[in-house]
Amino acid sequence: MRVLSYTYLALAYVFVFLPVVVLVVFSFQDGRLPIPPFKGVTLDWYAKVLGDDDLMAALLNSLMVAVVSSLVALVLGFLAAHALARVRLPGSVLMRGVLIAPMAVSYLIIALGLLTVFNSLGIRPSLWATGIGHVVINLPLCFAISYAAMGDHQKAAERAARDLGAAEWQVLALVSAPMLAAPLAAAFFLSVTFSWDEFIIAFLLTRFDVTLPVEIWSMLKSGLSPATNAVGSLVFLVSVTLVILLEIFVFRRAK
Amino acid sequence: MTAGVSIERVSQRYGTATALDAVSLEIEAGEFVVLLGPSGCGKTTLLNIIGGFAEPTEGRVLIGGRDMAGVAPKDRPTTTVFQDYALFPHMSLRENVSFGLRMRGISRADRAAKADAMLALVGLEGRGDRRPHELSGGQRQRVALARALAVEPEVLLLDEPLGALDLKLRRQMQEELKAIQRRVGTTFVHVTHDQEEAMAIADRIVVMNAGRVEDFGPPREVYLRPKTLFTAGFMGEVNRVPVVGGHAPFGPVAVPDGTLCIRPEAISAKGSLHIGLCRVTEAAFFGTHVRAHVTPLAAPDLALLVHLPQSAAVEVGTLLDLGAEAFVVLTE
Repeated sequence: MRVLSYTYLALAYVFVFLPVVVLVVFSFQDGRLPIPPFKGVTLDWYAKVLGDDDLMAALLNSLMVAVVSSLVALVLGFLAAHALARVRLPGSVLMRGVLIAPMAVSYLIIALGLLTVFNSLGIRPSLWATGIGHVVINLPLCFAISYAAMGDHQKAAERAARDLGAAEWQVLALVSAPMLAAPLAAAFFLSVTFSWDEFIIAFLLTRFDVTLPVEIWSMLKSGLSPATNAVGSLVFLVSVTLVILLEIFVFRRAK
Repeated sequence: MTAGVSIERVSQRYGTATALDAVSLEIEAGEFVVLLGPSGCGKTTLLNIIGGFAEPTEGRVLIGGRDMAGVAPKDRPTTTVFQDYALFPHMSLRENVSFGLRMRGISRADRAAKADAMLALVGLEGRGDRRPHELSGGQRQRVALARALAVEPEVLLLDEPLGALDLKLRRQMQEELKAIQRRVGTTFVHVTHDQEEAMAIADRIVVMNAGRVEDFGPPREVYLRPKTLFTAGFMGEVNRVPVVGGHAPFGPVAVPDGTLCIRPEAISAKGSLHIGLCRVTEAAFFGTHVRAHVTPLAAPDLALLVHLPQSAAVEVGTLLDLGAEAFVVLTE
């Protein structure tokens, strides 16, 4: 039985990671096509990718959009969660539902909606527009994580802070947020990875300056090349690094 | 800094439920007052109203002569020691204690010095760099006390601060609380449901029941001369004997009609209010005294609880000639 379950586990991992492994392996392909047979190892494609100004610009754009939009989503989500967890308002169940609802809507629909709205408002497609789109998709996540983390323990500490003379913003900045440091960091890093990987919103809402997924897509239009594999491997490396950092600095400390 | 608290006909209603019913109290500056009562009597509600965490439906609260209506907790000259401590887990003890000073814009060096002095006052000298999770329950309670006292409030509110501690630690903390209160001179308003704790620390005890003040006075007075049957029963064990037309069940007594309340330890062979010969129906040695149930021969249906001296050699069936040394008669 033990053998069987380990085989099952191994198969599951192969199923999940085989595409990634193939991607990474063929990024080192010493040839013009990233397909079998494997002809030998070279770092030429990485040199080419890292020397590509458009790609590097797109990578920086992606990082900027990811960090800024995640920060905005985190602040808005945390404030909304704090308000709904602490104050009983008429219709707070409805408000909670509406805040989380975008999670259930496909990115394509959100992108189309934003595109229509921005058009009618006269806002041109740009990195800012994409950033707003990423706030829309990440705010529900940040809200849900912050809301779930808030308990009576914080409530008591907040009351004590007010009693000792703290103004409302001081309560939030010095007591509520630091007490939730771990879940807030988790929400932030998850948002960054989602924004970093996001394609469809960025595709529809950018024009001249684009994010990395959009740049990769335009590379793919000119056919397969180990260069696209190399970019994909780099993107994967960044995502994995973020997840590992999250694991080490947030989840381990929370235990 | 210390101030008196005037509570003028304060009522608090939640829908149809009345938590406080026209409560009036005058608490003197520098006094240690204990609000005592069973759970649900309104004592915590009253404390919350003084601290500004709830606005009364009617009536007003004055601290140092100033009307507190509409004044937020952060602007009141009060601080609170909460039952669950409510320390800030992400701050060191020094940062916890100096939090209130930081909110008042005191410089870092000054507030660190003050925090260390406060920690020393509560017996946690040199532990300023520790975090709350490294402390025991009793130590956390001391930090909460130091934190509330650090801003030198005019009135300190304590919400069942010793409720989570074990009995031995509770007795020790009671003595320390009393000593600290004497040293700082701040008005303390302390909520508890433990009447022994109330008597151990209070200058005056406010006995509350069902949203009303039943009694207000020094421990000795509240215990020995309760104004109501509720107070008599809540402050400790009591024998209630009905007196009708100058007659108690065990014979004539020279007291007005009503309920004769006698504490078990006030019954002895030397008592002036004569009860007469009693038969012991049950007896047990309690260390400090012998606890016995007796029945007067003249009133076989009456059972009295008596605390006899340690040396008393009694067993079931023994006959004793007893009387009450101290008693009150209450009419209700």
